[in-house]
Amino acid sequence: MNISNQEYGELAKKLSPPSAMYKTIPLAFVIGGGICTLGELLLNVYQMLGLDMEKSGMLTSMTLIFLSALFTGLKLYDRIAQHAGAGTLVPITGFANSVVSPALDFKSEGFVLGLGAKMFVIAGPVIVYGISASIIYGVIYYCMTTFGG
Amino acid sequence: MGMCEGKTFKFSNATITSFAAVVGKVEGEGPYGSEFDEVIEDNKGGTDTWEQAEAGLQKKSLQYAMDKAELNPEKMDLVFAGDLLNQCTGSSYGLKDYYIPFLGLYGACSTFAESLLMAASMVNAGYVENCAAVTSSHFSSAERQFRFPLNYGGVRTPTAQWTATASGAAIVDASQKAPFIRAATVGKIQDMGITDLNNMGAAMAGAAYDTITRHMKHMGTHPENYDLIITGDLGQVGSDMMYELFKRDGVSVEGKHKDCGLMIYDRDRQDVHAGGSGCGCSASMMCGYFLKKVRRGELKRILYTATGALMSPTMVQQGGSIPGIAHAVEITSE
Repeated sequence: MNISNQEYGELAKKLSPPSAMYKTIPLAFVIGGGICTLGELLLNVYQMLGLDMEKSGMLTSMTLIFLSALFTGLKLYDRIAQHAGAGTLVPITGFANSVVSPALDFKSEGFVLGLGAKMFVIAGPVIVYGISASIIYGVIYYCMTTFGG
Repeated sequence: MGMCEGKTFKFSNATITSFAAVVGKVEGEGPYGSEFDEVIEDNKGGTDTWEQAEAGLQKKSLQYAMDKAELNPEKMDLVFAGDLLNQCTGSSYGLKDYYIPFLGLYGACSTFAESLLMAASMVNAGYVENCAAVTSSHFSSAERQFRFPLNYGGVRTPTAQWTATASGAAIVDASQKAPFIRAATVGKIQDMGITDLNNMGAAMAGAAYDTITRHMKHMGTHPENYDLIITGDLGQVGSDMMYELFKRDGVSVEGKHKDCGLMIYDRDRQDVHAGGSGCGCSASMMCGYFLKKVRRGELKRILYTATGALMSPTMVQQGGSIPGIAHAVEITSE
């Protein structure tokens, strides 16, 4: 070869087009913001129907999760996500999509070893580290309230 | 690096007697859609799973190639086949019903050139009367094995390539009618230290440069001696990188170069980012388009160099890089 790996890596970086951030960031903001606005709307509607804040919040999450799962099944979620990027990844809908999409793909290997085993292949780490962080936070909180006076 | 020069094999008795390509819907909608023997509209090809669909692609493309040569499985001496799936699933399940002596190969997306040069070697040596080379890839089966589930909302980067749903089959014998396989150079594994899973073109460009350079050196040729230098699936980034490497030697290949990954889709109309990839990509472009042009004499001498990224998801997760490989096969009309 007529080039060192370091030079080659630099060349690759130079010749690889970056993401079109002037387009991707505003799109993520608009679509992600749209999902959050829908959430606010749902929250208000549930409260108008006479539910208290806590129940309305729960129902809002459940509705968004349901819609995300439905759109994933209809093969629409990933198409929207191609344009939305973090806008569809960050809200709760992104989490639902990450559970439903492997479940759909791995159904062909059966309900136990396929769907069941692979369902959390993407969401698993989020759950593991989310729960771990909450335990650590809980211990710190306990120590502070017990011994901190 | 690169102390060993390797050898270029020269063949006097290897002809591609028939060839055929079968592709999926997206490839059928591409610029060369009408050139393929069959476009399968259903992503699962009438089966229950994508893996079975991919096996079906290989079965079909070899069937078409055998029909064209008026051969049947009993008259076939040997088949070299490969694909991208673990355990070469597409090949072994696709070809099992034919009962043809089978050797599975893995060279990632370079596998079609690898199979073709093995087939030419066996025929030229006189061990077999005929030998088939078949490869396939399938967007959905590859996507879920190497990347993410199909409906996962991850974003593809601009350097990412689209695995072609396609299969190509060629039958090599000694019948002495065009296209002829004249020479072949086996690629060396080139690890250029690329670690980005979404930039396979960059991982393979070094290997393409090395193999083409060695081939031309051994043959005493220059890019001008060829009608076309065809690479497998470098895509936009990989092609640009290969031009840069040649430029350092004062060699210009741009005018002679075509990349199957950049041809199989219409990148303005189809959302495929840096272009197509997969063992089926260059196999279908060769068997659907280029070999026809060689047979008709419209292309007299081509250098087909299929490129492969020997990527292991496990090694990449362990922090390893992605080695590339490329094999060259020289094909002529006379």
